[in-house]
Amino acid sequence: MLNVLLTVIHRDLLVAFRRRAELMNPVLFYAIVVTLFPLGVSPDVSFLSKLAPGVVWVTALLAALISVERIFKQDFEDGSIEQLFLSPYPVSLLIFGKVVAHWIITGVPMLGIVPIMAMLLHIPGQVLPVLWISVLIGTPILSLVGAIGAALTVGLGGGGMLIGLLVLPLYIPVLIFASSAVSAAMDGQAVSGQLAMLGAGLILALILAPLAISASLKVSMD
Amino acid sequence: MMWKFLHRLSSLKYFYEWSGKWIPWLTGLTIVLMVAGFYWGLFIAPADYQQGETYRIIFVHVPAAWMSMFVYVIMAIAGFTALIWRTKVSEIVVSECAVIGAMFTALALITGMLWGKPTWGTYWQWDARLTSELILLFLYLGVVAIHSAIEDSRTASRLSGILAVIGVINIPIIHFSVTWWNSLHQPNMQLVSASPSVHPSMLYPLLVMAAAFQAYFIVLLIIRMRNQILYRERRTNWVKQLLVEVN
Repeated sequence: MLNVLLTVIHRDLLVAFRRRAELMNPVLFYAIVVTLFPLGVSPDVSFLSKLAPGVVWVTALLAALISVERIFKQDFEDGSIEQLFLSPYPVSLLIFGKVVAHWIITGVPMLGIVPIMAMLLHIPGQVLPVLWISVLIGTPILSLVGAIGAALTVGLGGGGMLIGLLVLPLYIPVLIFASSAVSAAMDGQAVSGQLAMLGAGLILALILAPLAISASLKVSMD
Repeated sequence: MMWKFLHRLSSLKYFYEWSGKWIPWLTGLTIVLMVAGFYWGLFIAPADYQQGETYRIIFVHVPAAWMSMFVYVIMAIAGFTALIWRTKVSEIVVSECAVIGAMFTALALITGMLWGKPTWGTYWQWDARLTSELILLFLYLGVVAIHSAIEDSRTASRLSGILAVIGVINIPIIHFSVTWWNSLHQPNMQLVSASPSVHPSMLYPLLVMAAAFQAYFIVLLIIRMRNQILYRERRTNWVKQLLVEVN
């Protein structure tokens, strides 16, 4: 079973690494959107650092949303998804592998760039571990929930706007708990509550999202 | 007996014929309850000692807010049954509930804003309840949006059913996250709550209005479902026969 999962992950990573230039896109998108806030709002240090937890997380939401849109598209069009349904293994497991691969491609680079962005937004250094942990727990949820939206809209031509409409309301709890963890850390308060809620959200998403994704893909196929 | 009836009801033709008989009765009930509730609430119930006459908007606002949540649960149950048993009737319930629920939610938000202006001095406040009601509206509109984006009506209904079921898991999460987020950053607002602190002279007309909204929802749902059934079954013989009889 584990071998099957690893095979799916390996295959998706292989496909992604064939187009190496595209790998950087989510990270670049992230960096550019974060840059917009000092320009659009104010470069003032105290103001910016107050805004920073929200900025970091709103941007993460948007980056996840944009990258997740194409997670099933190509495989759906060339029939690979149908092959997954024909295989003797549970579809939600195989689908889970695809989501893990998506997270490795988009979430893991974000773990790398977030400290730099935090520095640009004047988030104090001692808050970085909390920010980093919130990204570590939060981005897999974004991939899992976003993949549900992608699966729901996979049969449509251009689902771009629509997937945002479906997924962003479901992202709200992640935004709230993650950014309030970072804000609390900046105020020197305890953050274990918010991080625990994020962890609970991750567990819930890990259990339920693969089922919802495979159900949606199945409906989209007939 | 019960199952047999439900099974027959899941046929679109049977549902169409069966529900037609109920419309006049339910419409009558809705009108009676609405008129009674409005008259009781707007003319008989006493004015509030603090808010004066402005509080009377709760006779629309509170039932609409209750319905906004009730309809979502109905929609999610229908979405679930549509996924499991693939019954066409429950597929139609999902898509029609989404529109009606969005309407009730919008009504609750708008009446709340109109009440908020004279009472709080502002139309909008990022209060926990207001925010989660707004997100509820977004969830409804998402279901409406995905349903209208997909051409094939059966696929559209089943996918929006999945979204409705996911939403029902998320509603408590959103509700509590918003409440906690709010308590971290903002002082609490004093909202009119439906606790027993409401005096019977105001509570009873409120309950009548709530019943009126329920009846209105059922009538509206049946009428919308019947239209949708006629549209989906427009190529079948029984609908063509029906049209011939009407004309």
